[in-house]
Amino acid sequence: MKKIEAIIKPFTLDDVKVALNEIGVTGMTVTEVKGFGRQRGHTEIYRGAEYQVDFSPKVKIEIVIDADNLDKAISVIREKALTGKIGDGKIFVSSVEEAIRIRTGETGKVAI
Amino acid sequence: MKRRTLFYLMICLLTGNALTAWAADAPATPESNMAAIELVQTHANYLWTLVAAAMVFFMQAGFAMVEAGFTRAKNSVNIMMKNLMDFSMGTLAFWAIGFGIMFGVSKTGWFGTSGFFLSDFTPDGDPWVLAFWMFQVVFCATAATIVSGAMAERTKFIGYICYSIVLSAIIYPVFGSWAWGSLFNGSGWLEGLGFIDFAGSTVVHSVGGWAALAGTLVLGPRLGKYGKDGSIKPILGHNIPLAALGVFILWLGWFGFNPGSTTTADTSIAMIFVNTNLAAAAGAVLAMLVSWMKFGKPEASMSLNGALAGLVGITAGCANVSPGSAILIGAIAGVIVVFSVLFFDKIKVDDPVGAVSVHGVCGAWGTLAAGIFNMGGTTAGIIGVQLLGIAACFVWTFATAFVLFKIVDLTIGLRVTPEEEVEGLDFIEHGGNAYPDFATSAYSQQ
Repeated sequence: MKKIEAIIKPFTLDDVKVALNEIGVTGMTVTEVKGFGRQRGHTEIYRGAEYQVDFSPKVKIEIVIDADNLDKAISVIREKALTGKIGDGKIFVSSVEEAIRIRTGETGKVAI
Repeated sequence: MKRRTLFYLMICLLTGNALTAWAADAPATPESNMAAIELVQTHANYLWTLVAAAMVFFMQAGFAMVEAGFTRAKNSVNIMMKNLMDFSMGTLAFWAIGFGIMFGVSKTGWFGTSGFFLSDFTPDGDPWVLAFWMFQVVFCATAATIVSGAMAERTKFIGYICYSIVLSAIIYPVFGSWAWGSLFNGSGWLEGLGFIDFAGSTVVHSVGGWAALAGTLVLGPRLGKYGKDGSIKPILGHNIPLAALGVFILWLGWFGFNPGSTTTADTSIAMIFVNTNLAAAAGAVLAMLVSWMKFGKPEASMSLNGALAGLVGITAGCANVSPGSAILIGAIAGVIVVFSVLFFDKIKVDDPVGAVSVHGVCGAWGTLAAGIFNMGGTTAGIIGVQLLGIAACFVWTFATAFVLFKIVDLTIGLRVTPEEEVEGLDFIEHGGNAYPDFATSAYSQQ
């Protein structure tokens, strides 16, 4: 089992969700996050004074999937979250030791 | 037709009123109906004055929304409480003391000495004093509440309440008696010289603005507003739509504030209405254009301040300048307000909502403009009296308010502790939270 944490532009979330659903990803956790990478922040103006906004709003998707589906999921996220402009985000992959469905107590792949 | 005749006949028979009596009456003329006409006019005056008073009262909501929108969420409950209490405390103070000082019989021209506790009203006497008092008390509350925004986010609640009572009972009424006393039983020295301030650019707005300046100077800036190197760090308002709603409410309320100041239902209110609207629109447009040129974007909070600047600017001259002049007065106010906000920011007068610039500075401009653009022509004498009124207002209000805030500061305290300021006044002062379901913003000013 693998966990994908993808940090993407908020407006791409819907397309990513639909596409992941289509390849059989049946659940996900989404968080509104703020951060910066190469995009850095930008300056805004309030009552004549400039200020730096360091953290841009992003959406973080977390999904846990069967390792066999990993490549497909990554390519789907990349395809749907891509605008080609700076700030498209990142995908992090890690291994997951165990998954347990609270209601039934099932474990492993059937629980994800 | 038949039915109506029958009905009339029945009425005549029932009341025993012979038709001959009706036939014998001379045709009605305005002269013969004078008493009835005057009664209708009197009723219309009451109605217009009280409807306008209700509109001016609603401006309290406008001030509350502007101030809350331009400040941080953690102080919103405090802003609401200050706005509620400066109207409520101010109403009682104006009833007990302020009205008598402002409109009581004035032997010296400096303050009135009768009519305290609304004693001019007797149950079988003329109730006009009640309608007039109602219209005046909402004006007094407007002056008081202007200060709340400038002192936002760092003022101790109890200290603010003390200020609010003294302003409503003494500071506002004394100046008011100089300029407006003769609207009731008083007679002020300034109005005796021919001072023009129809609806209160100086009497209401500059008094509020200069008191706000004194308050911010005694308080000092909010924590984090200025860097150690003196750089200006903007502290963002938490809800610009709320501030915009407040401005629209104030704009609406001003249609009671200026045209209502006739306290007479006559045709003159049409031009006052139009002047008020034109000046507000010109102020908003010019403030937007200036912010666009200076900052590269049409900045929202400055444009909103611009509308208010136009409204404050036209308040003095709304009844004695032409609609064309009203546009010019509002436009200039819109330019002034942007530069004034930047100026006060630079000299470290931290005014989160721009109250000193909108009400103090543009109030002074409006008062001068009422003399310059007077439809009956202007003279050096008229301008001189306008300048004298502007200066008298500044000296009286700034001095008394500064001393008042100093006394409050040295006795019960005017500013909350740095810990309280960081935590937010809502929790520390009122034990509450305006938006308990929202997480705290990650954006820090420290």
